[in-house]
Amino acid sequence: MLEIALKHAFAGFTLDLEIRAPGGITALFGPSGAGKSTVVNAVAGLLRPDQGRIAVDGTVLFDAAARTALPPHRRRIGYVFQDARLFPHLNVRANLTYGTRFAPHGPGAISFDDAVAMLGLGALLERSPAALSGGEAARVALGRALLSKPRLLLLDEPLAALDAARKAEILPYFEMLRDAVKLPILYVSHAPAEIARLANSVALIEAGRLRAFGPADDVLTDPAVAGHFGGDAAGALISGHLSAQESDGLARIDTAGGPLYVQAPDVAVGQSLRLRLTASDVTLALAPPQQVSALNILRVSIARIGPAQGPGRFVQLAMGEDRFLARVTSRSATALDLRPGLNCYAMIKTVSVARDALGL
Amino acid sequence: MNWLSPSDWQAVALSLKVAGLATALSLPFGIAIAYVLARAQFPGKQWLNALVHVPLILPPVVTGYLLLMAFAPNGPLGAVLARIGIRLAFDWKGAALAAAVMAFPLMVRAIRLAIEAVDPKLEAAASTLGASRPWVFVTVTLPLIVPGILAGTITAFAKAMGEFGATITFVSNIPGQTQTLPLAIYSELQVPGGETAAIRLVVISVTLAIGALLLSEALARRVAARIAGREA
Repeated sequence: MLEIALKHAFAGFTLDLEIRAPGGITALFGPSGAGKSTVVNAVAGLLRPDQGRIAVDGTVLFDAAARTALPPHRRRIGYVFQDARLFPHLNVRANLTYGTRFAPHGPGAISFDDAVAMLGLGALLERSPAALSGGEAARVALGRALLSKPRLLLLDEPLAALDAARKAEILPYFEMLRDAVKLPILYVSHAPAEIARLANSVALIEAGRLRAFGPADDVLTDPAVAGHFGGDAAGALISGHLSAQESDGLARIDTAGGPLYVQAPDVAVGQSLRLRLTASDVTLALAPPQQVSALNILRVSIARIGPAQGPGRFVQLAMGEDRFLARVTSRSATALDLRPGLNCYAMIKTVSVARDALGL
Repeated sequence: MNWLSPSDWQAVALSLKVAGLATALSLPFGIAIAYVLARAQFPGKQWLNALVHVPLILPPVVTGYLLLMAFAPNGPLGAVLARIGIRLAFDWKGAALAAAVMAFPLMVRAIRLAIEAVDPKLEAAASTLGASRPWVFVTVTLPLIVPGILAGTITAFAKAMGEFGATITFVSNIPGQTQTLPLAIYSELQVPGGETAAIRLVVISVTLAIGALLLSEALARRVAARIAGREA
């Protein structure tokens, strides 16, 4: 459990928010300048907020009312900076073990050998940081933070400085941390796709205030705030299981709203998987569509309708336990008289299998 | 090596001893003051900065005279030291003090620049990894400023080797006791026909100074390269 309550005044800007996050990965999402890094720095102890209280799993790190403020070196927060910040005068091995000597004795969440193996650093140990690529440096920074035996990991846009290929290289390590090492993680990002893939909870921060907070699936499919995630809200992940590999190369996936046909994924028949639906690729119809080329038509009901944003608005669709979004124009919403509770059909242009989806 | 007289050798050896002591004793203070000036914010910081730099702009004779007033056996500090059996005025240890005071601003300046060049973000990263302030300094700041420390030390050493005005005022010019290399050159030049002897000392003086400079450059380059990881 991560409890953060903060009030901090800057020139012309006040940060005022309260987050109580369960374990797993909590994503702080928002435009730059919204106050995300301030929150992270306050948790790490690099910034002293005017007011508030910060506690991790019951350990109070900061409490303005009780005049408690642990210095950064006694907080045991593993901070992975956007710019890696490896020590240039130490090689990779010495960078990795830097925090271990200050950490409490006894086993941490992960051993040196396991961290090196998990992050694929074996061949880099004797190198100097100047000789590392951006992706390698990011992995070393992550390993260094992990090996300081932190109670919480802070990832401040750890992928922002990397190109798409390097991002794809690092993301699986964060998933491993979430699923295998089970450290609570506070993850700052302004990339919706990263958040959809990693986060258990999402905090949407705007101009220093909390706009939305909750389980990732709820926040990312909330039609009221979906616009903040760029409309392509990756957020819409639905679950299904592969029921057959058809002879034409497509695979049939059964979902709560009916079957979907996708390019055969590398998954065995019977396996569960998650599918990503993009809001702008979803079209709504009130009657079962006839004679259309779209293969994928799901029976859904309208759960919520978001406020107008420009000419369009988001409609949250419910299908069993799953929620996903459709982006429609306000004109169509009026013409079709869309309202919560209405049953309708969702035609889906493209479906992609979420890469982190295996073994739900 | 009989082209130098025994008294010339004495002056060279004394200069090395004086400059060595002056540099060694001022180094810890130099690092501490440089760190405070580079990183700390406190009222009166400008005054501390001015105090450190004042020997650069005062006439050396004035600095020497102020030292003499303070450290003469009946001076305020000299009396205290005399009680524990330390005499500085007219003694080689006094020459070391004069040299240290005159070289101190150069040393602090070089080290301060090096500290200011260390990214505070690296120090913040070290603190989140569990290092307290002193540990951050020892394990991150200090290794990164080694080139600056070397440069400051060697510049200060060269300055101490050449100190003249404050030294002659504070500890006088006693052969074998306080007559350092520059004072010996000065003495030779006062004697008719002493130019030959003076030239020999001048050559030694120039050689030592240039040697020190080259050594400092070479060391600083090597250390900087090691820090930047060009030589693993």
